[in-house]
Amino acid sequence: MAEVIKKQEYVDPRPPVVGPGHTLKSINDKIADLILMKGFKKGWIFGLAISFLGMMMLLNTIAYLVLKGVGIWGNNAPVGWAFDIINFVWWIGIGHAGTLISAILLLLRQSWRTSINRFAEAMTLFAVACAGLFPALHTGRPWVDFWLFPIPNTMGMWPNFRSPLMWDVFAVSTYATVSALFWFMGLIPDLASMRDRAKHKWQKVIFGMLSMGWRGDARHWHRYETAYLLLAGLSTPLVLSVHTIVSFDFSIGIVPGWHATIFPPYFVAGAVYAGFAMVLTLAIPVRKFYNVEDFITMRHIRNMCKVMLATGLIVCYGYAMEAFMGWYSGSTYEMFMMKNRMFGPYGYMYWLLILCNFIVPQILWWKKMRDNLAVIFIVCMFINVGMWLERFVIIVMSLNRDFLASSWRMYYPTIFDFSMFFGTIGLFMTLMFLFIRFVPMIASFEMKTLLPEAKVDEHKVAEIEKSIKPESLPPSAPVPQFGD
Amino acid sequence: MSHRDHHHDHEIEPVREAIRRKTDREFWRSLDELSGTDKFRDFLHREFPALNASETDPLMLDPVGRRSFMKLMGASLAFAGLTACTVQPTEHVVPYVKLPEGLVQGKPQFYATAMTLGGVANGLLVESHEGRPTKIEGNPDHPTSRGATDIYAQASVLQLYDPDRSKTTLKLGDPRQWGEFLNEFGKALDEQRKKGGAGLRILTETLTSPTVKAQMDALLKEFPQAKWHVYEPAGRDGARAGAQLAFGEMVNVVYKFDAADVVLSLDADFLTNGPGALRQARDFMAKRRLTDGSNEMNRLYVAESTMTTTGAKADHRLPTRAAEVDLLARAVAAAVGVAGVTGTVSGAAAKFAEAVAKDLKAHGGKSIVIAGEHQPASVHAIAHAINAALGNIGATVVLTDPIEIKPVDQIASITELVGEMNAGKVEVLVMLGGNPVYNAPLFAGGQTFLDAMKKVGLRVHTSLYNDETSVNCHWHVAEAHYLEAWSDARAIDGTVSIVQPLIQPLYEGKSIHELLGAMLNQTGKSGYDIVRDTWRAQLGAGFEAAWQRALHDGVVAGTALPAKTVALKADWAAGLKPAAVGKHEVVFRLDPNVHDGRFANNSWLQEVPKPIHKITWDNYAIVSAKTAEELGLAPADEIQAAKAKLIEIKNEGRSLQVPVWVQPGHPDNSVTIYLGYGRTRAGNVGNGLGFDAYSIRTVNSANIATAGVSLGAGTGTYELAATQEHFNIDASGIDSKAFIPEENDLADRHIVRVGHLEEYKKDPKSVHHGAHKPGKELTIFPNFNYDTAKTSDGREVPLYAWGMAIDMNACIGCNACIVACQSENNIAIVGKELVIRGRMMHWLRIDTYFRGDMANPEVYFQPMMCQHCENAPCEVVCPVNATVHDAEGLNTQVYNRCVGTRYCANNCPYKVRRFNYMLYGDWDTPSLKNVRNPEVTIRSRGVMEKCTFCVQRIMAGKIESEKQNRRVKDGEIQTACQSSCPTDAIIFGDINDKESRVHKLKQEPRNYEVLADLNTRPRASYLAAMKNPNAELGGGHGEGQKSGEKQHG
Repeated sequence: MAEVIKKQEYVDPRPPVVGPGHTLKSINDKIADLILMKGFKKGWIFGLAISFLGMMMLLNTIAYLVLKGVGIWGNNAPVGWAFDIINFVWWIGIGHAGTLISAILLLLRQSWRTSINRFAEAMTLFAVACAGLFPALHTGRPWVDFWLFPIPNTMGMWPNFRSPLMWDVFAVSTYATVSALFWFMGLIPDLASMRDRAKHKWQKVIFGMLSMGWRGDARHWHRYETAYLLLAGLSTPLVLSVHTIVSFDFSIGIVPGWHATIFPPYFVAGAVYAGFAMVLTLAIPVRKFYNVEDFITMRHIRNMCKVMLATGLIVCYGYAMEAFMGWYSGSTYEMFMMKNRMFGPYGYMYWLLILCNFIVPQILWWKKMRDNLAVIFIVCMFINVGMWLERFVIIVMSLNRDFLASSWRMYYPTIFDFSMFFGTIGLFMTLMFLFIRFVPMIASFEMKTLLPEAKVDEHKVAEIEKSIKPESLPPSAPVPQFGD
Repeated sequence: MSHRDHHHDHEIEPVREAIRRKTDREFWRSLDELSGTDKFRDFLHREFPALNASETDPLMLDPVGRRSFMKLMGASLAFAGLTACTVQPTEHVVPYVKLPEGLVQGKPQFYATAMTLGGVANGLLVESHEGRPTKIEGNPDHPTSRGATDIYAQASVLQLYDPDRSKTTLKLGDPRQWGEFLNEFGKALDEQRKKGGAGLRILTETLTSPTVKAQMDALLKEFPQAKWHVYEPAGRDGARAGAQLAFGEMVNVVYKFDAADVVLSLDADFLTNGPGALRQARDFMAKRRLTDGSNEMNRLYVAESTMTTTGAKADHRLPTRAAEVDLLARAVAAAVGVAGVTGTVSGAAAKFAEAVAKDLKAHGGKSIVIAGEHQPASVHAIAHAINAALGNIGATVVLTDPIEIKPVDQIASITELVGEMNAGKVEVLVMLGGNPVYNAPLFAGGQTFLDAMKKVGLRVHTSLYNDETSVNCHWHVAEAHYLEAWSDARAIDGTVSIVQPLIQPLYEGKSIHELLGAMLNQTGKSGYDIVRDTWRAQLGAGFEAAWQRALHDGVVAGTALPAKTVALKADWAAGLKPAAVGKHEVVFRLDPNVHDGRFANNSWLQEVPKPIHKITWDNYAIVSAKTAEELGLAPADEIQAAKAKLIEIKNEGRSLQVPVWVQPGHPDNSVTIYLGYGRTRAGNVGNGLGFDAYSIRTVNSANIATAGVSLGAGTGTYELAATQEHFNIDASGIDSKAFIPEENDLADRHIVRVGHLEEYKKDPKSVHHGAHKPGKELTIFPNFNYDTAKTSDGREVPLYAWGMAIDMNACIGCNACIVACQSENNIAIVGKELVIRGRMMHWLRIDTYFRGDMANPEVYFQPMMCQHCENAPCEVVCPVNATVHDAEGLNTQVYNRCVGTRYCANNCPYKVRRFNYMLYGDWDTPSLKNVRNPEVTIRSRGVMEKCTFCVQRIMAGKIESEKQNRRVKDGEIQTACQSSCPTDAIIFGDINDKESRVHKLKQEPRNYEVLADLNTRPRASYLAAMKNPNAELGGGHGEGQKSGEKQHG
């Protein structure tokens, strides 16, 4: 026994992943109450209203876009892709944090992921939805977008399998499907929990249908764990592949500034970087307003800051390599591309990018800063902007001055470029607001596994079993069950 | 105003008398008829010209009998039921029951005709699809055209179908019947006839039509006191007066550039401007062609005020203020040894004059000195004198009788007219074409033509549009387009072409001949008969055959004017006026796009980027960097340079604010402004574009203004729509704060390869120095076999490999190919706003690069279209296989399959792909549906398009050859750009055919592919541009001495 006590005295210097004083029941109550409570918080209504307006702006823009054509945007002759593809890559990148947290960190058994994974997965899903809008609507004739899918047809017309856009279609659609499945799978036990706690009939019906007959049976749990692990395994390569293929959209091209072998790792790192920044951007206010600081603790925030620091440095290595390779290649086009990036008419964008993505985030090296939520929030906003700028630098600034000087031309966005972009933010936030109100945003059953009472030391159990005589056990000791 | 209320001048007595005489069974229709006067017969005659009532149908005049009354009544009732109130257009919806001879439906037919500009004809072959003209080609048999066209001819087919064209006769703006006009006009003429035409004035533009000449002669015989005035802003007054000064008579000058080794242009844009430019460009380039083993080039010296395409082709170009060209001309003349002329110029100009004179003297009889049309008489006279001194006259400079039917000083002519109008001497003013209210200069005291014109009792104007002049006239007669009406005109050498219509007038247009015919009381006579009658008289016996021949060939054989020996007047130099050189000068030039404004409503011409400046849809004031700096108008840092500052130009008390355009190579203290903009009644396209330079142009300074000029900064900015941002190929001289690529950034790309003749002779490959081209073996994939293909039964058959060679040495940047491509391929226009945004749709563009210092850079033109790369970067990236390669090497675009991801355009290093960001074509206007080529798909919104090498022409040629079981012959298939090119700069053909021109050109040492280092293997290649500088003027600096392209691998 003494040994056991000694171990209990060991104090982890890091903040806990669950705040002190929580029990299995308190976790359940807290998470369920956010959904099952009556009425809506004023702040929530206000936030949703604003986001909804943004979404309406998006829908209006889309309607006008389909009616008139992509000409309502500022894209032009050398700059065929601009806000459309910038926003696509930006949103796809943001989505990556969710998959990384839920899949890779799960496989690596990083228990701290638990309180943020649901939230991050939802973010992934919504970000992918926003991202998907852009390639679908940026085409000249969106009504024939389905030609990008390999659909057998009487004319024997197939897509061009050599085109990275083709690969993109598979990459993004797979990613969206797996992310949705993964998210929904993870939700089922919690939805069942909601169903059981629901007081209103409609709540019972909806949660009942969504929980797909989950009863907390051991076989359910067994299958659930297996399936979840499998999906995690499936998702893991996606974290790398999706953004790798997105980067192929550029690196397969011959445009100076696009045609670079460093793109896949650089894009993946950038995606994770952007994703964590967005998770933090959302998590910091949410944990405050919903009083879930004891679930999303400083431990989470610190860890995420460290991931950002690491991936941010990879991204900056990418920037450095682009510049180095521009020079080292000896190619006049590449050299000019770098020169144009730094000192060309859009040069300020490049230096802003360096400021946002390289200089500002270095502040996170200081432990104190990693504990200062205001600082972290501001840094995250810088990164969000910086990652958008990065895509602007890559896409617009490479296209606007490529090979023939006669065709160089500046690109200027129109109001519809902005309404489309901010509209997708509206859509994203609308979905986010609905999510935190109607779906358990923290995986309560997984949270419970973090509690001390959920920890089962098998050796100790065997020892205790050996030392305890069977008759000393109470006749009907309740076996703790998940779901209580 | 007696002609208006004609019912009052009846005399009642004859009517009463007539009533008394008639039986009560007789009916009468009006008092006029009853009185049976001649006046009534005339009225009927005029009002119903087609019936020609009095001669053909006695019914109209004879008392109505019982039978004819029934006939008339029956017909009237029937027609009353048929036509409700408006005349329905004739629509033929049935197929031909009898096929017209030679017509195969779906196959175009070609007819020879001619278009005039400035009165002078260019021979054309017009493509007609089922009776509607769609495309203009040059007439190879015509002495000027030789198969080539200019932008105006190409775009004239759009003008034909312009929905804004005037459609009917108007009286004070209200639609009227042609007959009604004839009636009223006839009365006024009758008044004049009584006075011998003392109050009748006729104003025409410059004309060369022998038929008009015959008609005017007849008219002036009928109205001996009437006067005929001529005015057109494209003033060749200097040339006329110069000839008068030098030779004592008006002459027409035909330049034989194909016989000249040295050419000095005194501000003359002879390659693209003025009558005969097409022929001049062709002949000039014939002496510069470094192909087929030729190693010799002519040498061109240009002293010019405004950077023109001619200046761009110069071996030595001297920026000279327009007013100072006179001084330079004198200096050259003095150095050449022309008696009676002295001249002093200093600095670079002196060196230039000395070297030029030396070179000219060394090439006596084989040189040309040519003066610009807008230059004053003295410059023309000096040019003639130099030519005479050099023995060029008769050799390279051929003089003939004038081709104009009324060669007069046009400024003097219109000034005289205005004077007479002011004096109230003019009662009837008939304006046949032209738009003087818009484009006449300001007269004494700042009076406008309109002021004076308003004093005329009856004003009649015929023109294609209901324009500024029409709206101020009592009567406007819609003019028939040249593709709708019969006429004739002379080419620069005097050769007559019959202008043959391709289509019935779309509206109620009348030709000038018909209007003149009406004035000659020949109302029933069609334009066809009038023109035929002229030529029946001229061609004499065998007329029918000769007429048919003339129509078929497009020229009347043997009508070229014979050369004339005219000696220089002994005292010619005495008449020279001293040059007036002020502090600042304003040069009024014809716009390269809209000419004098007549094409303002032609969107094809508006959207063609003006040569060198690359600006569309506007005019502007061109100044040098130094002058802009001095006036505080240097462009802002904005890289696009689209936001132009305004300059205030004052001339003789009038001022105008115009956006300023800083052009490297423009002389200091000189402003050039293009005429033809600022129109208020051009039509929906042309209204309100640009600035009206005519508003500051006076009779004293119609071309070059110096004395009353002052310049200053204007207020505000103005956005110009340029299709190309402005960078130098080496930017050493550009002093802009904005980031501009450094010299090597662009020079290392070897986009434009240029050289000097002497180096080229030593080492023909020197132009490629430093460039790289990967070898064909550098690939892990097998190269596609473009030579032969296996058929299903195992035979090896030869393939075609389509390719193009573009001689940059020959390209003069005239834009004809761009408009030809637009016309052939149904390319949409996008408008100024979208040009600013960078959405131009032209499949072919002429990239312009500058090189050298800013004060006087060299300019190079590079026509750029889809290069049809064998390793096409666009094809790999299209997700839906909408752009694919064919076995003949064409990079094809499948519009129906295109989804519009634009990846292909992004990945195209030549940036020649054009995306339909919106629905740019006008799909609704009915008349515009006719202008389209039925063989080319009209692209809808959301698809990518680009040059196809005119695949429809390739297919037509292949089908024709397969029908005859043979290979396509070289030259049988010509792309639209190729066929329009006056200098044969673009050659298309089968590169598998070792005898083809394109194959041979690709073997030339100057041949290179743009961006070959990317290994795209383009099928289009370029031949490096060459300069032939005079060593005395510091030409031939040693660059690129060694070897050609590196073949690595």
